[in-house]
Amino acid sequence: MRLVLDWIDDRTGYRRLLRAALVEAIPGGAKWRYVWGSTLTFAVVVQFITGLALWASYSPNAQGAWESVYYIENVMAGGWLLRGIHHYMAHATMILLVLHLMQIVVAGAYKAPREVNFWFGLALLFIVLGLSLTGYLLPWDQQGYWATKVATSIASITPFVGPALQEALIGGADYGHLTLTRFFALHAGVLPGALIVLIAGHVFLFRRHGVTTGERPAGARDGGNPDGQFWPDQALRDAVACLAVMAAVLYLVIRTGGAPLGAPADASEPYAAARPEWYFMFLFQWLTYFPAETEILGAIVIPGLVVTLIALMPFAGRWRLGHRFNLGFTGTILAGVGLLTWLAYAQDRADPEFVAAQHRAEAAAERIVELARGPDGIPPSGALTLLRNDPLTQGPQLFADRCASCHSYDGHDGLGNELAEARTAADLKGFASREWLTGLLDPEQIATPRYFGGTDFARGRMVRMVQSRIAGFDAAQRDDLAKVVKALSAEAALPQQATLDEADRDEIAEGAALLASESIGCTECHEWRGAFEQSLGPVLTGFGSREWLTGFIGDASHPRFYGDSNDRMPAFGPDEILSEAEIGLLVGWLRGEW
Amino acid sequence: MSEKPQAAAEPQVAEEGSSGTAPAPAPRRGFLAGMGAIAAGGLAFLAPVWSGIRAALEPLERPPQDTDLVPVAKLAAVPDDGVPHKFRVVMDRVDAWNTHRQLPVGAVYLRRTGDSVEALNVVCPHAGCFVNVAADRSRFVCPCHKSSFDLSGAVNDPASPSPRDMDTLDVEIRDDEVWVRFQNFLPGRAEKEPVA
Repeated sequence: MRLVLDWIDDRTGYRRLLRAALVEAIPGGAKWRYVWGSTLTFAVVVQFITGLALWASYSPNAQGAWESVYYIENVMAGGWLLRGIHHYMAHATMILLVLHLMQIVVAGAYKAPREVNFWFGLALLFIVLGLSLTGYLLPWDQQGYWATKVATSIASITPFVGPALQEALIGGADYGHLTLTRFFALHAGVLPGALIVLIAGHVFLFRRHGVTTGERPAGARDGGNPDGQFWPDQALRDAVACLAVMAAVLYLVIRTGGAPLGAPADASEPYAAARPEWYFMFLFQWLTYFPAETEILGAIVIPGLVVTLIALMPFAGRWRLGHRFNLGFTGTILAGVGLLTWLAYAQDRADPEFVAAQHRAEAAAERIVELARGPDGIPPSGALTLLRNDPLTQGPQLFADRCASCHSYDGHDGLGNELAEARTAADLKGFASREWLTGLLDPEQIATPRYFGGTDFARGRMVRMVQSRIAGFDAAQRDDLAKVVKALSAEAALPQQATLDEADRDEIAEGAALLASESIGCTECHEWRGAFEQSLGPVLTGFGSREWLTGFIGDASHPRFYGDSNDRMPAFGPDEILSEAEIGLLVGWLRGEW
Repeated sequence: MSEKPQAAAEPQVAEEGSSGTAPAPAPRRGFLAGMGAIAAGGLAFLAPVWSGIRAALEPLERPPQDTDLVPVAKLAAVPDDGVPHKFRVVMDRVDAWNTHRQLPVGAVYLRRTGDSVEALNVVCPHAGCFVNVAADRSRFVCPCHKSSFDLSGAVNDPASPSPRDMDTLDVEIRDDEVWVRFQNFLPGRAEKEPVA
């Protein structure tokens, strides 16, 4: 063994290199407060390891980015842990960086002869910010997409080169494949490369100048403490600190179940929950204070001045009160950043619309995973196709948009927003279900806004029929009516009622026969299995079925439905207010088919 | 700096203790501190390294693609001439995160004599190239390393680098359709062994 090592040393001189790396005198001995630089290096190395592993499964293209991240997160064994470590270690890096910077400023370690190394550190800070910004977009979910749009839009207001800068950065006029390939090249190539070079320089200069011991000149004894050296005393402290950082990151990963992944990016879907990562929130909030045309002050001029002042701290530090000024300045900036961050979160928390948007975003994120796990999997056109063809996702939005001016859904607009006043037309929650039909045929309910109360039909024959004839039903007739309701509801073949319909087959058959009977009398006005006297109301054959509802929404004035007595229901189909696909999605949602 | 403790070799520790500018720590204490640093540093890297390796080896954990018979052609579309003809195999395929419906996943040679059909995988058992039918339709020849097979897929030239005959595939005639169990086999070995 010894011989082999000697041979290797003879050919490589590794022992000298190792000695140079490990033997570093630390005046006053090893200290816990010297660990921050090492924990940062550790964080960066962890990001390289996890980043390379993620790279091996990630696909930077508009139809594959979200999908491959979904795969890493939900299919790949341990993928959530891998991505979770990468995500939360990025947060940890940001915290460690600020701690490191604060320590440097407080200790005055930016002063001569360490000015250049201070600038190396600042450059590193900006590279890490760049890594965060570019990494946020890569999963190509709604959150990253819209938050990054804000950042690249700000880049476009840079004087002179703004529009060109933005176009080069995102690879064209709009976000697409090239945006991802470019951001990925920056995130996994350019910026990490620069990071390695700068860290090497930073550490080299640090070793050249040694640790900053504070007020004592280097070499002086610290209260009798002997000088220590890096190996093994400081190394042990550094390693324990790194372990603690890792433990904190793992705690976060396990507690949160890993890094978040929203619904896939969609330029055609509003996303009111768009926010950058917490460490950019102060900038986000800051920009709200700059009215139109003055954003350049908030986004570029003022931050630029602040950064310049920080970079000039080594020179300011030469004045008699310079160090105090620097301390005050850094403290003020940090307090300002803290205040803005707090304000941003406080305002969001207090904003019901933001909270609702966040809930919708979470629901969409859960839904897309459900769909992607479904039997059809993710088509080559991407996961967005699944959401766009999903009644549960699209139905409520279409309803809120096109139906909720007259109809309500369980009292709200389909998306859960309360309605200030009752709608004129029927509430369509559970349309054609037993419960809905029971209410319709209830003399107490039919003329309320939940059914026909707000429409012309409030004074129509149906309401009169229910309020006069049904109100006078005896117990036996009421039993018959219940069977009729079951039979009529079974026509819809609602998925949620499938087991009930199956169990009550006999009653449904009975009800189907009773429906046409004289005592119930539906067929006096409605067609039922070919039998009717006068076609006045909508046909009841297939009532509430996919086919029936599609036809009804398409054109309620059709003789099959209300004919001339239609109140205000538009002909959504023939007038092309809704496409066939949209009607299909609405029908699917109302019927609970998903 | 933090990764350096790992690179440390113990023999150096004792030596460095005496050669630094600082007074030497007690050798025993220094040894324990060094061990502790290596242990803590190693532990800190455990989770990221382990999850990274696990992700890299993830394909090995994936269940094999199913190998049911799939329809490849109408029987009438296969010329009854005893000569192999190439047909595309189209089937559903899960490719990592995408589920493809009716994706061309490969090709087979079908050779019909009367009502019997033989199917051969187009991939050369030597090194995985796509084997061609020679221009004169008398034999198969691999364009990469010149393996030569007769029309039944048997190696017909002792100089062929292929270690085995071309891979036959299970065929069934169902009604008027030719169904094939489309499988790939490990190249470069004498026995035919399916790719997992």
